[in-house]
Order: sequence, then structure tokens, then C-alpha cells
Amino acid sequence: MAELDTSGGGKHKGGKIRSKKASTRIDLTAMVDLAFLLITFFIMTTTLAKPKAMDMVMPDKSKKDVQLPVPESRTMTVLLGSKNKMEWYIGAPGKSAPTVDNFGKDGIRKTLIEQNKKIEETHQGPDNYMIVLVKPSDKSTYKDFVNMLDEINIAGIKSMGVVDILPIEVDLLKKDGLY
Amino acid sequence: MDMTAMCDVAFLLLTFFILTAKLRTEDPLHVDIPASTVSQVVPDDNLSTLTVGQGKIFFGIEGTDIRKALLEEMGKQYKIPFSAEEEQRFSVIPTFGVSMNQLKQYISLDEEQRKTFPQAGIQADSTATNELATWIYQARLVTRNLKNQELRVAIKGNAKDEYPAYKKVVDVLQRQGVNKFILITSLKGK
Repeated sequence: MAELDTSGGGKHKGGKIRSKKASTRIDLTAMVDLAFLLITFFIMTTTLAKPKAMDMVMPDKSKKDVQLPVPESRTMTVLLGSKNKMEWYIGAPGKSAPTVDNFGKDGIRKTLIEQNKKIEETHQGPDNYMIVLVKPSDKSTYKDFVNMLDEINIAGIKSMGVVDILPIEVDLLKKDGLY
Repeated sequence: MDMTAMCDVAFLLLTFFILTAKLRTEDPLHVDIPASTVSQVVPDDNLSTLTVGQGKIFFGIEGTDIRKALLEEMGKQYKIPFSAEEEQRFSVIPTFGVSMNQLKQYISLDEEQRKTFPQAGIQADSTATNELATWIYQARLVTRNLKNQELRVAIKGNAKDEYPAYKKVVDVLQRQGVNKFILITSLKGK
């Protein structure tokens, strides 16, 4: 059985008969049972995966006069549509045809990094970073929105904003069957 | 069989679980939160959580002292007097989704009855003084008075819900000048 053996053990030389010591062996079975019962209880009732906090800053609506003019050529607009897809274009809406993209490593993340690089190369510093505008449509899901913010985070985009979608952009999504 | 080692391991694990884990709180409105790669953890105190899902909005705030003071303020706003006992009972409710008219009744229920009580969510229309906006505004005031800190607002949204459900809450926040908030997500790999 489960025992804790702390007695000296071994035979003594000389063959003297000693008085028998009280055994120091303890039965640990019940203690182990109890420990595992408690472990099971704690595993069942607690959460180890703590939720994570994504910081979100929205543009202040009350201050309309402090908006800086942004060059069109550095602005990438991402329209979030239905079916977990989005489309993006650089510059003003309607001028260049939007490209439909997916989420994931080879989708929007690659696009963001490539476009950012391209814009940094073609523009003069120090303000030569890309500005990303995220425009979620009414048909996009909250999950897509969080995914998009996350991709922007991963790609290391310096400047981004969440803006309301324009009717002309809804039409673009409709044309590609994403609304 | 020698169980000494096994006993050691068992207690080591037990100690680990007791120290690291946080008791799971029952969510009255179940939402499936989206995943992201951010590693920053949600703060424990000075936080208000707005749960959005199934077309409803639930309001929750941390801290029993803040909950008590908040209920008192809300009672003044809506001219519904709450007794000290009701404040005490309210202070242990982490999240709820009932209107001010139903709140008294909801507080009087015990924990089991609260689970089955039909909670319609907190109303948040486009006016500046809807119930959700009032809750948040009063919660911010109470936090500032008691702790001298700005209240942090977190949004816990359902991943599959459409964007306007989330937008509605953000509009309420932005109308009172809260432009910075937290989105609660679970962790995933890149």
C-alpha cells in the first residue's frame, strides 16, 4: 500500500535484540485521493484562458475642424462585406476597381504589407506611411471587424481609422456580390 | 506502492490551480467572442463590460462599492427609491439586462430565479438619454467620485452578429465622448 517509509531499516551487526520501534509509515492513499479530487474541482470550475483586451480608439465626432488633409495616394480603404470577404482600393472611391480579398496569411495580411511597402517606396519621408480606412458594411460580421483590426495590428500599420461606409462603396460591394 | 511522489505532484498541481485560476462567472447572456492575436489582458478593476449578443445589450460593472453607489444614483435619476438592502443585493449582480422598471423585481429574486428571469436587455435607442447611456454616464460619474479614475468600458460582442449591433453600442459611447474603449477577444495564434 501507499506508505511513507522513514525507518532506518537494515540489519544491525551484533545480533542484539532491540525493542521494536513504532512504525513511522503513513498511509497516503486517502491524501492523494483528496488532492486529486480538489484538482478536478478546480479544473472544472475555473477558467485559465483569460480574455484579452484589444484597445480601440474611434475618431472624435465632436471635433470636426481638426482633421488633417490626407493624400489620396497614401490611403487604402478596406470595405468589409458579407461571406467573410472584403475588398480594398487605394485612393478615392470609384476611381480604381476594388480588389476582392480574403482573410488570413495569404489574403489581406500580405496585401497590407505589400501595399505599405510600395507606398513607402514611392513617397517622400518622413510622412510616407500608409493610412488604412476600415469601412464595415451592415452585412459584415463583428468577427470580420475584429479580424481586420487584428490584421492591421500584425502588419504594423501606423495609422488607421474606422469610418462609416458611403453609399457609393455599398454599390461596389453589391457589384461583387458581397452585400 | 509508494505514493509519496504522486502525492507531491498532486499537491503541486493543486497549488498551481488555486493560485492561477479565476473562478468562472456565469454569463447570463452567452456570447461567442472573436479571437485576436493581442496579448494584453483585460483589467480586473475599474471596468464596465457591455455584452452584446442576440440583439440584446447587457450591462455589467466591477466592484461592489461602485455597484451600490451606481444603483443609488440611478434611483435618483429615474425617481425609483432603492433601499439599503436592495443596494446590497444589487452589489453582487455582475451583469444584468433588465429595464429600470423591472429592476426592483429582478433584484428581489434569488440567484436561481434570476437565471430563468426573461431579461430583454437594456434599451439603447438613438436618443441621448436612453437607459444604456444613462447607466454608462452614471457609472463614469460614480467611478470618478469614488476612485478618482476614468471608467474603462469594454465591449464583449458576439462574433457572428452583424456589425450594426456593435455599432449601436459604439454610437451610445461616442455620443457621451467615450472614444477609447476595449474589445474583449480570446487568444489565437498568428
